[in-house]
Amino acid sequence: MAITLSTSDQAIPSPPLSERLSTPQIWGIVLLAPYLLVFLAFVVYPVCYGLWLARHPSSYVALYHDPIFARAAVNTLIFLVIGINFKMVVALFLSGFFIQERSWIKWLSVLFILPWAVPSIPTILSVRFMFNPEWGMINQIIFKLTGEDGPNWLNDPTVALTMAIMVHIWKSLPFWTLILMTGRLAISQDLFEAAEVDGATWWQKFRFITWPSMQMLYVTCTLLSMIWTLGDFNSVYLLTGGGPADLTHVLATLGIRYLRLDQLDLSMAAIVCALPLVLPLVYFMMKRLSR
Amino acid sequence: MKLPSLRDVGTEARLLLIGIPVFIWTMLPIYHMFLFAISPKEDAFAGKLWPAHPTLHNFHIVFYQQHYFLRDFWIQFWNSTVIAVSVGVLTLFIATAAAFSISRLRVAGGRWVMNLALFTYFIPAAFLAVPMYRTMGTYGLLNNHWALILAMVTISSPYAIWVLKQASDKLPVELDEAAVMDGATTLQLFRLVYVPLMMPSLVAIGTYALLLAWNEYLYAFLLLSKDTDITLPVALGNFLAADDSPWELLMTTGFIYALPPAAIYYAFKRYMVGGLTAGAVKS
Repeated sequence: MAITLSTSDQAIPSPPLSERLSTPQIWGIVLLAPYLLVFLAFVVYPVCYGLWLARHPSSYVALYHDPIFARAAVNTLIFLVIGINFKMVVALFLSGFFIQERSWIKWLSVLFILPWAVPSIPTILSVRFMFNPEWGMINQIIFKLTGEDGPNWLNDPTVALTMAIMVHIWKSLPFWTLILMTGRLAISQDLFEAAEVDGATWWQKFRFITWPSMQMLYVTCTLLSMIWTLGDFNSVYLLTGGGPADLTHVLATLGIRYLRLDQLDLSMAAIVCALPLVLPLVYFMMKRLSR
Repeated sequence: MKLPSLRDVGTEARLLLIGIPVFIWTMLPIYHMFLFAISPKEDAFAGKLWPAHPTLHNFHIVFYQQHYFLRDFWIQFWNSTVIAVSVGVLTLFIATAAAFSISRLRVAGGRWVMNLALFTYFIPAAFLAVPMYRTMGTYGLLNNHWALILAMVTISSPYAIWVLKQASDKLPVELDEAAVMDGATTLQLFRLVYVPLMMPSLVAIGTYALLLAWNEYLYAFLLLSKDTDITLPVALGNFLAADDSPWELLMTTGFIYALPPAAIYYAFKRYMVGGLTAGAVKS
């Protein structure tokens, strides 16, 4: 007894385990456990398994020699760099339109949210049939107006990819417009009134008041949209199915294509190839959001 | 009444010049879907802007499952509902518990878990689809509704935890201290103080997870395959398998499938806009 007493006297800094683990701390661990279990079973394990599948250098050599992969990589870059920047510029412009105080603009903004509120599958299929070369509404109208057959829209890889980007923009434009609207509404009206008094043009107001207070938000939105668009499977798969001749694949649909062909290692290797692009963006976003 | 000045008319005209194309752009695919749903097959395929004889016959065919592609319509509708509701409830449970633990109890390592969750949120879900498919195979869950439910909970909970943590960080600490002073146990604190105060955010997150699961295509199509197991979006995708698909029925089914989420979205818009857009991008 005496020995244990003397040792416990010496060890003052660290309190016994039972004290560090107070009741709230135990409850904290218990309440966190469900998420941790889900995370371990359905994130950690699949990610490790995926990386393990993609371990052979030969998979990357095979990818390098697959023209469909190169085409998909280029398509993905076009989708991200041109598609997303175009979308965000339009969203920035429309956010200025929708904050105008008119009752008809309020009503329009309610309708404008619809593409975001409805599921994407039926609307993408609706667009797909609209552009059907024989029975689609667009070509029927072209035929009625000009007496000539319209183009076979989805059979041209450039047009098909453009349309997939358009479908993506149709779906997600309302969301980003809404976010940028909240950014615009947060700017103090006094600044605009003062500029008005000084006789500033609308461009000067935008350049010196709106843009400086929105640029961080705008850049964050653009990066976030790029990361998420990398995973946009539906717009391409349901509109073009990757065709014609596998020329409109993006990385998200290519992974599934390889899975279908039972080339799991290629499927994972294609995704690993995207990581050098994705991880810096993710790191930047986490820095921004966990402040 | 004052006559509008020339300048006002000019501004209004310019606004209309933006508003009208925006209206057409937004409504065209949805109108096209609606048009097909109320058109007989001949009218739909003739490219008319309004059918000569609008009809609800297509809805009749869908509701009574009178077509090869629609023979399991109601069971697929039921699958979609069960899966969406389960994902909503499970996500709410997991995320609320985790957010309470991280934000209010300040559990050791909570910050770490939060960062891991955020990291998962930013990785595109399609990247995880192939390994998730194989993992579900290893766990023996393929073609089981639990596979889709668990996958969707995995995808929806990081964002849910993050939004709920942001919201609960704003609740004053004094509330917890006062409750503990009065002798509340941790569970009572959770049940009687925390959950009631968090209600608006919980509604937003429950709706978010439910809609995410209802709308999901990729995971549903990978993880479920039997006709009586699949959800509605997968059934819609399966229409494309045939060369002469009955597009008017496909559009009718799609229209029915799109109605519940649109109604839910507009009903909870108040919560959605406040609770989700504020969290989506912190400016």
